[in-house]
Amino acid sequence: MHSDLRVSVQAHDFDLAAEAARLEATGAGAVVTFTGLVRDVAGGLRHMELEHYPGMTEKALAAIAAEAAERWPLDAVTVIHRHGRLAPGARIMMVATASRHRAAAFQAADFLMDYLKSRAPFWKREVTGQGAGWVAATDEDEAALDRWS
Amino acid sequence: MRVLYFAWVRERIGEGSEEVETAAATVRDLVAELRAREARYDLALSDMGAVRVAVDQELADLDAPLAGVREVAFFPPMTGG
Repeated sequence: MHSDLRVSVQAHDFDLAAEAARLEATGAGAVVTFTGLVRDVAGGLRHMELEHYPGMTEKALAAIAAEAAERWPLDAVTVIHRHGRLAPGARIMMVATASRHRAAAFQAADFLMDYLKSRAPFWKREVTGQGAGWVAATDEDEAALDRWS
Repeated sequence: MRVLYFAWVRERIGEGSEEVETAAATVRDLVAELRAREARYDLALSDMGAVRVAVDQELADLDAPLAGVREVAFFPPMTGG
């Protein structure tokens, strides 16, 4: 089926309600949204910096969205990922899926998240009062991809 | 060929991108050439198990051929989402 794919890599914030409304307007019947926020895991986080690979990032997100649309019957997919400096609590990214089937919408959103974590060229750096450090990728993130192979 | 570095690989090498004249046949050969240049490259690329590679903006492995390639990037495992 034809799916409406929207991918954006941007420094500015996004309007979750407006993005959800766009997908609701497809008439699909089921819309799932997921939003990722900057969290202060260890305490003392001043801000997070998200570096990315301009050019590759857009291609990788588009490929991941297209893959989701191939695997599940989706009317629409939205992937928005921010970069640059983000304060604790700020929105980092969102995915939204629209489908006639609830399970497809949920599974596709879950798939998108797993792939964004370890296949989209972003790198998180946490800046605290004590200094700054790159966030390490985890084995769990990589293992999560096996669920979909 | 344009070579790009991101995150801590960029920090260790001290720049984000550069033009490299190379006859390297594969990514592995390019890594060896870069490491032989200067200590900062050797430091950044000594453990390729901790470094990911993209060739013309697609993820690739060390055996990927470089003939006709315009852009190679080195970076740590990605932490998006």
